[in-house]
Amino acid sequence: MTIDLILQKKNGEAPPPLEPLIYDLGAPGRIGVNLPDPDVPEAELPADLLRATLDLPEVSEMDVVRHFVRLSHLNYSIDTGFYPLGSCTMKYNPKLNEDMARLPGFAEIHPLQDPASVQGALAMMYTLQSWLAEISGMQAVSLQPAAGAQGEFAGILMIRAYHLANGEAHRTKIIVPDSAHGTNPATTAMAGLEVVEIPSDANGDVDLDKLREVCGEDVAGMMITVPNTLGVFEAHIKEIVDIIHGCGGLMYMDGANMNAMMGVAKPADLGFDVMHYNLHKTFSTPHGGGGPGSGPVAVNEKLADFLPGPIVTIIDEGSDEEPPLYGLTMPDKSIGRLKAFYGNFGMLVRAFAYIAVYGGAGLHAVTKHAVLNANYIRARLKGVYPMPFDRICGHEFVCEGHWPDAEGIHALDISKRLMDYDFHPPTNYFPLIVPEALLIEPTETESKEACDAFVEAMLAIAQEARENPDLLHDAPHKTPVGRVDDVRAAKQLVLCCRPVLDPEA
Amino acid sequence: MADWKTLENAKYTENDEWILVEGDTAKIGLTDYAQDQLSDIVFVDLPEVGDSVTKGEAFATVESVKAASDVYAPASGTIVAVNSALDDAPEQINSDPYGAGWMIQIKLSDPNDLKDLLDAAAYAKHAEARG
Amino acid sequence: MSYIPHTDADREAMLKVIGVESMDELFDRVAAEVRFPALDLPPGLSEMEVIAEMNGLAQANASANEYAIFLGAGAYRHFVPSIINHILLRGEFYTAYTPYQPELSQGTLQAIFEYQSMMCMLTGMEAANASHYDGATALAEAVTMAKAHFRDKRTKVIFSPGVHPQYRAVARTYHQGSGMNFVGDEGSASVADLAEQLDAQTALFVVQYPNFFGQIDDLTGLAERVHAAGALLCVVADPIALGLFKTPGALGADIVVGEGQPLGIPLSYGGPYLGFFATREQYVRKIAGRIVGETVDTHGRRAFVMTLRPREQDIRREKATSNICTNQGLMALAACVYLSVMGKRGLRQVAELCYHKAHYAAEQINRLDGYSVDMSKPFFKEFVVTCPRPVAEVNEILLEDYGIIGGYDLAQDYPDRPNQMLVAVTEMNPREEIDTLVEALAGAATHDHSHHHHHEPDAGLG
Repeated sequence: MTIDLILQKKNGEAPPPLEPLIYDLGAPGRIGVNLPDPDVPEAELPADLLRATLDLPEVSEMDVVRHFVRLSHLNYSIDTGFYPLGSCTMKYNPKLNEDMARLPGFAEIHPLQDPASVQGALAMMYTLQSWLAEISGMQAVSLQPAAGAQGEFAGILMIRAYHLANGEAHRTKIIVPDSAHGTNPATTAMAGLEVVEIPSDANGDVDLDKLREVCGEDVAGMMITVPNTLGVFEAHIKEIVDIIHGCGGLMYMDGANMNAMMGVAKPADLGFDVMHYNLHKTFSTPHGGGGPGSGPVAVNEKLADFLPGPIVTIIDEGSDEEPPLYGLTMPDKSIGRLKAFYGNFGMLVRAFAYIAVYGGAGLHAVTKHAVLNANYIRARLKGVYPMPFDRICGHEFVCEGHWPDAEGIHALDISKRLMDYDFHPPTNYFPLIVPEALLIEPTETESKEACDAFVEAMLAIAQEARENPDLLHDAPHKTPVGRVDDVRAAKQLVLCCRPVLDPEA
Repeated sequence: MADWKTLENAKYTENDEWILVEGDTAKIGLTDYAQDQLSDIVFVDLPEVGDSVTKGEAFATVESVKAASDVYAPASGTIVAVNSALDDAPEQINSDPYGAGWMIQIKLSDPNDLKDLLDAAAYAKHAEARG
Repeated sequence: MSYIPHTDADREAMLKVIGVESMDELFDRVAAEVRFPALDLPPGLSEMEVIAEMNGLAQANASANEYAIFLGAGAYRHFVPSIINHILLRGEFYTAYTPYQPELSQGTLQAIFEYQSMMCMLTGMEAANASHYDGATALAEAVTMAKAHFRDKRTKVIFSPGVHPQYRAVARTYHQGSGMNFVGDEGSASVADLAEQLDAQTALFVVQYPNFFGQIDDLTGLAERVHAAGALLCVVADPIALGLFKTPGALGADIVVGEGQPLGIPLSYGGPYLGFFATREQYVRKIAGRIVGETVDTHGRRAFVMTLRPREQDIRREKATSNICTNQGLMALAACVYLSVMGKRGLRQVAELCYHKAHYAAEQINRLDGYSVDMSKPFFKEFVVTCPRPVAEVNEILLEDYGIIGGYDLAQDYPDRPNQMLVAVTEMNPREEIDTLVEALAGAATHDHSHHHHHEPDAGLG
């Protein structure tokens, strides 16, 4: 294919790019901003320290607007369509949240100001800490982690620090089910601990016998997702917790699936010691094309002193006339800071607005409708798409994207064909333990009509898979670009559109 | 029926490495079955001449677009040659896994290391069983 | 309910298809004794009530919108052109998912590719990733990269004390279990002195440019010394300064990281920000995070795709280069739009404005009785002022009597720097503000400060 393409290019046959690079727009001397002249005497610049050139675009403001608006048209997004993306919870991002995060009193405060001058921000954070504690049943919360993966990292570092503080440095193993998110083992390795993977049983639950086998005094803890990554409430969660606690380990809950848990069960009541939230999943902060996220951690009394900091605390209770005075404090045995300052504050503002809109009963309704939507789609696809676990699911479920009578059709082909029906594909090939997995999560914000339209597309594709499989193999047909050559991308690395011209520049 | 091949005189590991002894040195690479499973190989991270390898331990990483696999030494020894052509043309592992796609050549430290390895027929059976 | 569209009729029809009587029945697998706990949260509010409540909270903060601000220390109030917010608020960008599906994500992918390209130009490096949470975590991951590059055989990291205290703290948090050890920042050693500590154990040597005190250390010959020891050189850089000063690439750096917040991202009380990470192409397979590469689609049309994916957690699991999944995409988009509109000349102009205003402020303050400014080295937009009294007291007077948010109290992190204030001046500070600051500092020197106020017990950076 690569050689063909080179020939095509030589013959001038390659189609033009969808949108020029910003570097290919504009003209020398053009500029997109209007800056003031200096209003102070000019100081002498240190000539020997200056760079000679700076290769940035030279474009007008309108060039830039049109470029990025045209690029935006090449994107799929929640605002344009449905993302049934298992384990990612792509729910509607309320516009209110964006306005709140942009209030000057939130957007234009400096993280190193005297805490006395940002009491509104600290009050908001303190309240959010207490809400997240209540939803999880945990004792204390740190808002510092910048993403779910960082929340996990905080959790595992806390577990490690806890054992070290108890003189149990030999506890170095973290047990992770084979159905886990890749972040779980990656996090464990980053913390310098060892991953012990255990298999799932035929029902997709943790294999309890295998779990007992690996449990010993070298176990630091276990990471598990609830409901699990197959979208199912683990049948033996209490036994699992008891086995791990019985051998002296701590239980970590990956909170990726909290959209199935609000007002259904509190992780602390299930026996977990520590968990993280993904505010960009459960609490509607936008995904932003991949970030920023936010991953607060919640812990019980065993780990409260180990939280990453600083956290917001009440320094002075105040009185009837005086509000409390909030401050930033480092927990006694804190694992330390995970990032500069105090967390992704702008995301905290959005999550605060979201929870304030719903309240407790509302959040419970969120979960119920998320689970209702998932089960509805599951019930409607049943019998057409193979399902490894045929039972009521949580907020997501897994089916398989292949059939004995549709040779050569894979989950990937179904996913790509869904794009032609204007849907984002479900999560593919995860969890790894299900062949040709399609992990489907509709979220509560999709209406019955939206769920129905998705089901109709899935049913139509199942039929096409038998009748006209090439439609799937060659899909997508209606997207801005077709399938891309990722082998070429990895072999002939082009990561930057300009050569670095002058090493002395 | 599988459309991958084995090399008659080589020995094999269950992890899909082959080793072919030539005098007191041996060449090591990935099997045809393994390259087929990995699909297009885009990068190989190779060790350096003079490094020592230990039987059963990873000495290199092979990357396709969607996976990265460690390559384990079938026997212990000292590296006497590295196939640096793979830096620019990692696809040689796909096109010629037993020839131009060889990865390292070692001086064996213990010929007994080869005793528990599979022969071509046994390896073919092992690979076949995994489909 | 606000964002739940279901009607009673919908619910009834859906439950029927599922084959259950009620929504509660869907949760039968959850043990009865823990099922359906009450959530003790305030009752839900209407949108207008939420706005009123949050307006109240926002107004309880002294914002840079109302106060003159001379506080920097890693977060800066630079000009944010209006265009940025308008692009960021396009739903097609901010409500999009991580671009795993290139056919549906060319907008995000091309924007990230352009961001990577601009960061390469700015830093003088050959490859940049699609970004980290912030500058501090980018540095922590640079340490991880160095560790992987040396296959765990070199474990020492030398930190200049001129590297942001929080960045050093975060690197230590990240590596508390990884076997790396950090030296060099215990005292106030110069970069040249620190180079004496290079040895065969050293994986990474880290300096900041300009350093935390705003000064440009003399880095001539440093890269050669670091490389002679077989180690890598990491430069933590201010991206606005790179509009004016030589690139870290030209100074021989192997890795350049830093905080991208100055590139069009609001202060927002410390986040979300943008950690940038750039390096030489030979190291790209060891770096963390998302990387976008150029390729073609089935029709031969140029297209972009996330590449070098096998480094990542979802594929390599415990052997991944990092657990990071974020690409901080929206913040990278902000930086990309910022650098586009600023362009070749605008960024230089912003940098020069900072430079001139900072030097004007420094000279004025240096003339005040009781104050002195450290002008021993070239500086960019920040400088160190030695005050006649504790910085906390000065700042309180500045805030209350003059409506000025003063500089950073260095004694919090550097016990050998009592009464030293780190002052930041950007293009956003007009001359009148600077003159007011000078006047306020003069007033604060003699002000009888008898108010009683709360002082925070733990406001330190480290």
